Amino acid sequence: MTKSKNIESDNSRRGFLRQSGLAVAGVGLVAAVGAPADAAKRRRVARGGAQGDVGVMQGALALEHEGIAAYKIAGASGLLTPDVLKVALVFLGHHEGHREALASLIMKAGGNPVEPKTDAEYIKELDLGALKTQGDVVTLATRLEQGAANAYVGQIAAISDNSTAKLFAQLATDEAVHWAVLNGALGNAVPTPTFLFG
Amino acid sequence: MIRGMTLPVAATLLAISAAALAATPGNPETGRQQYEAKCGGCHSLDSNRVGPRHRGVIGRRPGSVPGYAYSPAVKALGGVWTPNRMDQWLQDPQKLAPGSKMYLTVSSATTRRDIIAYLQSVSPPATKKPR
Ligand code: HEC
Repeated sequence: MTKSKNIESDNSRRGFLRQSGLAVAGVGLVAAVGAPADAAKRRRVARGGAQGDVGVMQGALALEHEGIAAYKIAGASGLLTPDVLKVALVFLGHHEGHREALASLIMKAGGNPVEPKTDAEYIKELDLGALKTQGDVVTLATRLEQGAANAYVGQIAAISDNSTAKLFAQLATDEAVHWAVLNGALGNAVPTPTFLFG
Repeated sequence: MIRGMTLPVAATLLAISAAALAATPGNPETGRQQYEAKCGGCHSLDSNRVGPRHRGVIGRRPGSVPGYAYSPAVKALGGVWTPNRMDQWLQDPQKLAPGSKMYLTVSSATTRRDIIAYLQSVSPPATKKPR
């Protein structure tokens, strides 16, 4: 069952790669954001709606790509017990849904969705080789989910289109739920200060 | 409490507390936690992720980490990252470098100060504030 779920997500990843066009890999991010000389133009576009939000959505997509890779690689590591793996796969599915939503909005706004890096790059960047126990995996996931929730909340002020802002609120709240579940699993208390994210 | 005061007195007090805040050194330990929570989604000290790696960033030229694909906007910033400039950046990166790939803003001055103190603590000693 686990195996078939993995295959499913691999397929959807390939689907995504096809959809967004491998030929444009690497060009997307810079092209979408534009050179500094285009700043005035960028601001004008920004007032025009979701197009001005392509840059911020590209960063969000890059973040989701990283999360997806982390869950997949950790999920395949053999470190997780079946119960924990089940939860990890649910979270992986959410992140894949986030990826689809962001990529399709970016394309609608005329951008080329940024591509994921290779698994080898993610393993190196996140030091995934150092994960030795289920506890290590859950600790890393907790940190990444907290970072993602904060990243989404902290970018809303820079968004020009209301529907993009709503999407970012949805992304942030999904990550906040992931964080809460993982933080609880680690046996950590919920922090006392008001405003856990932002 | 402010209601009973004349406006100039209240304004002066506010100005003084803002100045005091600016003069208070940041807390690098609080900053480390804040960094992990608020920046850790995209940045690490030692690897380029969504954003570039940060060890040694204070005192370094913007846009100069090898192997990271910066926006032209950040590459075009001259000089080096100072605590002051970093404070401007964290208030609104799109204002300091319009067209940058970073959009996150940190609205709390205290949080910015603590994060900057942490980044200074992981930067070369020559750029640390004298104690
Ligand atoms: C959503 C992702 C994201 C988050 C969260 C984020 N950043 Fe960034 N950051 C970036 C990106 C992308 C760049 C590259 C900017 C460019 O090239 O235009 C960057 C660049 C920077 C730079 C310039 C570094 C250099 O080498 O010149 C600094 C400094 C920085 N970020 C600090 C921070 C701090 C401090 C935080 C936390 C308060 C933070 N960032 C949170 C994405 C993020």
